[in-house]
Amino acid sequence: MDPVTFLTQFLMPALWQGLIVTLELVLLTAPFGLVLGIGIALGRQYGGPALSTACAGYVVFFKGCPLLLLLFMLYFGLPTVGITLPAFTASVLGFILCNAAYNSEYVRGAIKSIKDGQMTAAQALGMTKVQAIETIILPQALRRAIPGLSNEFIYLIKYSSLAYMITVVELSGAAKLVATKYFMFNEAFLAVGVVYLVLVTLTTYGVHLLEKRVAVPGLTGKSRA
Amino acid sequence: MSDYILRVVDLHKNFGEREILHGISFNVKKGETIVFIGPSGTGKSTLLRCINQLTVPDRGHVYIDDDEITGCGHRISEYRQRIGMVFQNFNLFDHLTAVQNVEIAPIKVRKMDKTLARDKAMEELRRVGMEDWADHYPSELSGGQAQRVSIARSLAMDPEVILFDEPTSALDPELTREVLEVMKDLAKSGMTMLVVTHEMGFARSVATEVVFMEGGQIVEQGPPSEIMKNPKHPRTREFIGKISEH
Repeated sequence: MDPVTFLTQFLMPALWQGLIVTLELVLLTAPFGLVLGIGIALGRQYGGPALSTACAGYVVFFKGCPLLLLLFMLYFGLPTVGITLPAFTASVLGFILCNAAYNSEYVRGAIKSIKDGQMTAAQALGMTKVQAIETIILPQALRRAIPGLSNEFIYLIKYSSLAYMITVVELSGAAKLVATKYFMFNEAFLAVGVVYLVLVTLTTYGVHLLEKRVAVPGLTGKSRA
Repeated sequence: MSDYILRVVDLHKNFGEREILHGISFNVKKGETIVFIGPSGTGKSTLLRCINQLTVPDRGHVYIDDDEITGCGHRISEYRQRIGMVFQNFNLFDHLTAVQNVEIAPIKVRKMDKTLARDKAMEELRRVGMEDWADHYPSELSGGQAQRVSIARSLAMDPEVILFDEPTSALDPELTREVLEVMKDLAKSGMTMLVVTHEMGFARSVATEVVFMEGGQIVEQGPPSEIMKNPKHPRTREFIGKISEH
């Protein structure tokens, strides 16, 4: 088969299907991973001893656990204790747990970089701790965490291919199936590589726009003056 | 009802082994400006922070009007709304413009309507001469300007008392003057103020009462004419003498 026919007739439709699955995985994971990550960072930073230790334990566990192993446990392990998750659900769950652990570290670092005086001044004005975190600390910390969080998002795009290991036919899986069927490995993998590159480049550009939009002189990067 | 807007009774605070406040008591009447002077490390700033419970005292009581602030639990944020505070390092919120800094507490804490809060914030900025800088971020302001905005931020909550914790210590003499001018006007307008400062000129011309502190205790207190010209205690005399050499 000539490469052009392979590309247009077989590979492209398969990659398109895979791309949709990959986007679903990523876009379902990211918001939950972000919210959970922020929650864990806040719990560690501002929680009492029990909550703080629990959050630190979470991070140690999920940072230490290889993602593939985590997916195997969720998909093949859980049914033995009576919980059966569809492969797609197990993947998203595994990604969220892992994504949140890393996100929480970026957010926690950003929170720690904020001067104590910000919290003190907020409390002196009569804000409760929760109000101060919500209106003063997080808006600053999240701006500073954008570079780290966006890195994590880019990793997520790429490690979402691990879902294929538990039967979810996403982008990489789709490429692998077509490549094996038609014995056209280089063509298939090169093409799928280009798709990932485009995804990552678009993300990078999007983050760049976001950073510019929320930039505050003196807080993030260069001063306006 | 007592005559006093603020009462501090036998305040004690230790940091580990170090005793910072050793039984401080004083009363403040509405409209008074009390200036705290004394060597560094004698607990003046800690005293202010104990009044609004940013630092929790080990022992003693603080009352605003007749309500006890000490040991009030989660109601502390209500009392803090009535006690403004101005910091040495300004502590303006870095992600907010000047006017946003001033309106944020009325909006979030008082649940004030946003348009009203903006008007109020602009009015307070005008009061400190910063209305032209409303849309600038803290990093774009000089120290003196930042401190004036932070005073406006306090004023926007209509506090009964404002605590000034070395408000000009981070400023050069020229910027110091512009901040002191604002504080003088405030005092004249009848605001009750507690000021920790090394600015003797300010103490002399604005204070209703000067309190000399050392070693976590009040050594001597009285009207500025008395404390600055005729200190009775030898330690006060020594301190005033040293300071006026400059």
